This record gives sequence, structure tokens and C-alpha cells, in this order.
Amino acid sequence: MLRYSLKRLLSLVISLIIASLVIFLVIEVAPGDPASFMLGINAQEDTLDALREELGLNQSKLERYLSWTFGMLQGDFGTSYTYRTPVADMVADRLWVSLPLALYALALSTLIAFPAGIYAASRRGGAGDVSIMGATQLGVAIPNFWFAMMLVLVFAINLRWFSAGGFPGWDEGLFTGFKALTLPAIALALPQAAILARVMRSSLLDILNEDFIRTARAKGLNQRQALWRHALRNALIPVLTIIGLQFSFLLAGSIIIEQVFYLPGLGRLVFQSISQRDLIVVESVVMLLVFAVIMVNFIVDLAYAWVDPRLRSRT
Amino acid sequence: MRLLSIENLCLSIHALKILKNVSLEVAKGEIVAITGESGSGKSLTAFSVMQLLPRGTAATGSIKLDGTELLNTPDANMCKLRGNDIGMVFQEPMTALNPLMSIGDQVMETILLHTDASREEARHRAEKTLARVGLPPERYSLARFPHELSGGQRQRVVIAMAIALRPRLLIADEPTTALDVTTQAQIIDLLKDLVQDFGMGLLMITHDLAVVSNMADRIVVMRRGEVVETGETKTLFANMQHDYTKALFAASAHEVTLPNNIPSDALLIVKDAVRDYPKPRTKLFAPREYTRAVNAVSFTLKKGERIGLVGESGCGKSTLTRAILGLEPLQGGSITAFGQEVGPDMPPALRSGLQVVFQDPYGSFNPRHKVARIITEPFHLLPDPPRGQERKNRISEALIAVGLHPSDADKYIHAFSGGQRQRIAIARALIINPELIIFDEAVSALDVSIRAQILDLIAELTQTHELSYLFISHDLSVVRTITDRVLVMKDGEIVEDGETRQVFKNPHHPYTASLIAAAPTLPDVKALADAPD
Repeated sequence: MLRYSLKRLLSLVISLIIASLVIFLVIEVAPGDPASFMLGINAQEDTLDALREELGLNQSKLERYLSWTFGMLQGDFGTSYTYRTPVADMVADRLWVSLPLALYALALSTLIAFPAGIYAASRRGGAGDVSIMGATQLGVAIPNFWFAMMLVLVFAINLRWFSAGGFPGWDEGLFTGFKALTLPAIALALPQAAILARVMRSSLLDILNEDFIRTARAKGLNQRQALWRHALRNALIPVLTIIGLQFSFLLAGSIIIEQVFYLPGLGRLVFQSISQRDLIVVESVVMLLVFAVIMVNFIVDLAYAWVDPRLRSRT
Repeated sequence: MRLLSIENLCLSIHALKILKNVSLEVAKGEIVAITGESGSGKSLTAFSVMQLLPRGTAATGSIKLDGTELLNTPDANMCKLRGNDIGMVFQEPMTALNPLMSIGDQVMETILLHTDASREEARHRAEKTLARVGLPPERYSLARFPHELSGGQRQRVVIAMAIALRPRLLIADEPTTALDVTTQAQIIDLLKDLVQDFGMGLLMITHDLAVVSNMADRIVVMRRGEVVETGETKTLFANMQHDYTKALFAASAHEVTLPNNIPSDALLIVKDAVRDYPKPRTKLFAPREYTRAVNAVSFTLKKGERIGLVGESGCGKSTLTRAILGLEPLQGGSITAFGQEVGPDMPPALRSGLQVVFQDPYGSFNPRHKVARIITEPFHLLPDPPRGQERKNRISEALIAVGLHPSDADKYIHAFSGGQRQRIAIARALIINPELIIFDEAVSALDVSIRAQILDLIAELTQTHELSYLFISHDLSVVRTITDRVLVMKDGEIVEDGETRQVFKNPHHPYTASLIAAAPTLPDVKALADAPD
């Protein structure tokens, strides 16, 4: 297990180095001068020079790459060109919205999907199965921004249980913070839950057809015991993969939902900095998201090994 | 009173009648074997006793265990009986165990489910049971997982789970079919011992008459959902009443006569062939380690020769086959066919001389292609493949040669049975008149009667097409009749090489001797019939 974890860790580090190289190359070495790109075509020559100086574009590429990566390692992501504030601070502020939102949505999605998927699989072909599968079909089909707007209409405008958008900040208290994130989290979670429930169901059904389930039944376990004791853990392996993918998506891809609820999240930060050509911010946020995705994959890999002894013993 | 009595069991899945008036009995301490070919309903009879039937089945009749009716008993009541009063062992040990649970936990589960034992007591009992089936806890820790055990060891774990509570009845569904002969012999001995020790009744399902004759007290022969004959093993074999029993027996003992070909030029020369597989890397910078699957194998196959290659699973025979077909490169030595070196980059013309028939008649065809397209696949190896009428003629010839009709060329593969598919596979190999055919377990997946027909076909083709072939099989009885020479392989090496008849009569290598001894044999019917009771 230790050896497996170390190997996964090594591959994590290598992936990060490769990712940082690719991001650096694409953004810095791509044709065109970042400074003139950032300032637009009507920029004055002396402004451009000043910006080049500030960005350190006069240095060699290797020096720039090294100072960028070592800076990041020390928490220095550079200074945003448009906002004139350290990128690290900006990103940290946004991360405090996006990360809890992603975790919240993931928790909701799992809490909905697991019982739904398990119930549907255990009542295969029955009314419960058919209605759950119908509901998941809808959940996959409905665009989440439309769903988000419906949530706002019903719960914010009509019932007035939640505010329609914005984020008061965590200083107002944990409850207020989570309350503000609840509608966005639901809007994010439902389509994910629909997918996850379907994966859970089909994975369980596959496992329930396996020989060892028949063996378990021959021991005297009833259908329900066989499902909980033998099938569920085996069925988790594909489900974990999907959860990992979904978390990465929730962290980086919630830009539309952030827009609908007017949340200061990472997605909006990326969107704004791209439209303002603030390459330093784009570069750092992309790197951060890559880091998050790779970390999630690492955790999913460890979870595989926790579930499956065959992975643990493989050297 | 009989331990198990099945009376007039009828079973249908939706409208399809599967079992018709099946009746049989098992007494305490008795081994009863149900035998028959695939589709005879023997497994479903066993699953009826467990009441573990597929959805949509409806059963009538009666299945009584010590007088208690099992048929249509609510599942909750059956759960109390299963594992406790009736144990079951399955065919496929590789998939019968939960891969994520340790073997100890899986055996303990049976005990914890049915008794009030504490975990500690259950662990103790599980250890004792595993030791009883030949897995002493000193060597096979309870914490092991199924993937750390071989097929035979896993089957022992399955047996331990089934007998942990000393059930009155044990049902074994083809318990040795997936195992090698030597392992098969050990498992059969174990089952026999357990029946004697515990006084259990054993209902055994098997298609293999030789296995049946070696262990069963009584035999039930089934065909298409009906019991056609039943009786005490010795009497039944001595005096077979039903034509089907006779046919089954004849097919199992089927022998073919090969034409007397005089071997001439060498077709295939395997010289010191070595095949290594890289092991998974354990250290980043250490040199890679290898497993030697085939170690310095040498033999020559001459034109007109029919050579058998036997060995147990993992002995390297499949690896060697792939190397001979030029699908994988050698790490040492050489393989030459028709004077040219064989390898992954060999010219198509060389490949066209070397054709293969695989084991699985279901998996080795593209279901979306018609038979004509399937069997003409080897034509792409020819520089100038036949077209138009000539192509049609070649297809017809090949189909007729394997006993099919030329009109079958326009059908899809799903229209054919397993035996017919194997004929199509042979037609595919024959169509470009190869010099050498490799039969890779080509009859292993077939029922005995179909197997006999395919063996006849091969023998007939040796006559008409002067075939030379390499026949790879784990089944000694087949190799014995269909080859002139046999190679015995063990741990990547050929340990014996000689004339088939001679090797079987007088094996030199102890491994060959143990293989032959372990292989179950059919009883000598004549001797049985003549012997006084």
C-alpha cells in the first residue's frame, strides 16, 4: 500500500511538472508578445516596454519558467496586471468560494445518487427503478443554468428562503455562508447526481450478475445482504472514477452557475481575466486548477487501492 | 427416508419448457452424478434444489430435503437452509469468490450467518475448515485475498465455504471442469473424502463421463430437460439401456483412425526457442526482470506429421503457439516454417501457409460478417486472391469439405451452433490450402458428441488434404487419438517427446506419468458386463 501510494505520488509530481511546462509554453512562448497582447493593438511603445520590464519578459525563457514555478512553490503567483494586487490573494479569495461550493455540490450529488442508484438496482425493472431512471434522464437533459434560474424563481423570489445571489463571505458565519451556497450547490449537484446514480445503478447491476453474488446467495445471504456486503464495494470502483471527474468539473467548470448566482468564484475570475487579457492571472489559475485535478486523481487512486486489494498488492 | 428427493420437477422460463418431469433421489453418504450435454438442464436441476433460479422461471413438482418441501418455499426460509443444510460448489473458481474480501472473511461469513458464534469462534472454525480442505492456516493465511491463490486453491476455498457447517447435502456444479487434470484429481478425492467423513449426500453435475464413472455411486443421464436413464454406476455402464447413454459413452470414448502418412520434409523447425515476458517494474532504475515462459524448446514437425502438445495451464503452450504463429517475437533461438524465419514481421505469403483454429467458437468470429467473408479472410495474404466465380467455388469447396452446405456462405454466424462454428473455423483455415494448421484447444469447448464429429472431420481431412498439424490441448484422451507424436510441456520446457502410443503406454518422464495417472478414464464396459456381480 505504501509503495503504491509512493508510486502514485511520484506520478503526481511528474504530471505537475509536465503540466506547468505546457501551460508556460502555451501562454508565454506562443507567437506574439504577451505585453502587446495584454495591452491591445493600440498600446504605446513605452507602455509596452514598461510592461515587459514588469513581467520580466527581458529575461531568458528558462529563467522566466524557473522564477514562475519557484514563485508558485513559495506562494508567489505574481501580480495581476489589471487589478494590481497579488494573484495569490485574488485566487485565495475565490478559492474560498469555489472549493466549498464544489465540495458542497459533490456531497449533495453523492447523497442523492448513492441511495437512488442502489434503490434502482435492487428494484430492477420495478416502478421505483423506472421512475428513478426517468428522473435521472431529466436530470441529465435539463441545462443546469435553466435549473438554477428556476431555483432562484421558486426559492428566492417566491418563497424568499434564500437570497437570489451574491456571497456575503465567511466572516458572516458558517451558516450564512453555506446558506448562500445552497441554491448554487443544488443546481450544480442535480445533473451530476443524475449521472452518478445511473453509473451506480449499472455498475451494481453488472456486479449483481457476477458469480460471486451467486456464491453469496448459496451461503444463505438474502438478496439485500448480498447487495450490501458483496456487491456494493465492488460496484464502487467505476463510481469513484466518475466522482473524481465530477469534482474536477465542479471546481473549474461552475462558471455559468457562478454567473447566474453572482458568486465571486474561480470560474468568473478566469473568465474576467481572459477578457481583460490578464495573462498572469490566467496562467496561475489554470495551474491551480490543474493541480486540483491531479490531486483529485491522486486521491481517487488511493481510494481505488483502499477498495481493491488487487491494486494494493501489485508492485 | 431419502435425503433429497426430486419428483416430477417441471421448469419453464416464460413459455419455454426447460425441465420435464425430472425425478431423482440422493441418499445420505451417496454420490449421485447428473450428466448430459449442454442444454440438458442438469445445472438448472441443481439450482432448483437451491431455489436460486433465474428470473421468470416457474416450477412445479416437488423437491424434498429430509421431507421438507423446498420448491416455492419463501426466500427467507430458503436463506436459512442455504449454506447451513445445503452447500454448493460452482464451476468457475476464478470468479466464484468476492475479489475484495479475504478468504477467511468469506468462509467465516457462512458460519456467522447461521450460528451464534462470535467472530473469534468463527475464525477458529474457518481455520479448521480450510485446513480440512487442504489449506492449512500456517501456509494459507486467512487474510489472503482470492487473487493470491491458484484456481485449485480457490476451489478449495469455495468448498470450505460450502462445507463449513457440515450441510446434509452438497451440490457441486461442474466442480472440476475449469481445473487442470492433476488438480481435478485432487479436488475429486477431496469431495469423496468429505462425503465419507461427514456422511453428506453429494449431488454432482458434470458433463465428463470419465469423472462420473470414477466417483459416483449412481448416475442420472439427462437430455433436453428429461432424465433418460438412471442407475447404479457400475450396472448402468455395464448395461446401458437408452440409446442416448450409449451414444454419449461412445462419443466420450471416440477414437479416430488417422491415415498412415509417411513424414517427409521438415515443415516447422523450432530450435531453442525462448520467450520472455517482462515482469512489472518494481524499481525505477533497476534492470527489468523477466519471466521465462518458454525455455529452450526444440522440435521439428515434418510434412504429414500430426503432433500433439499437452501440458497444464501456465506451462507455456499458448505462448509457444503465439510464437509459432509469428504473433510475438522470440528472445532466443529460432522458429522456421517452410525454410523461412517466423516472426511478427514475416511476409504474408509465409503466413498463408500457417493457419490456426482457436478454442472459442463463439468469440473468434465477427458477428457482423457473413460466413463467406469470414472464411475468405486468409485470402488477403495472397498476392492475387481469387475473385468472382473462382472465389465462390473456393468458398463452396471449403464449406463442403467441413460438412456444411455452400448456401451457408450467406448466413451470419449467429445462425450456427458451437460445433458448426468450429467447422467454419476449420473452413477458414483450409481455404488457402495451408501447409500446416495449428489447432489451439480446438475441441475443448465442445460437447462430447460434437467433439467426436469434429475429430472425425479432422481425421477425414488428414486423408483428403494430407494435413499436417500441431494439436494443442489439455485433454489427454483427445490427443491420444488425434496425433502420431506428442510433446509434453511443463514450466516452459518440453519434458517428453515421443510417439503418442508409446508415450501413453510407457511414459519416461515422471510428470507425464503423473498427468496420465491423474486423467480420469472411462470404465472398460466389456469387462464390467462380463464380470459376475
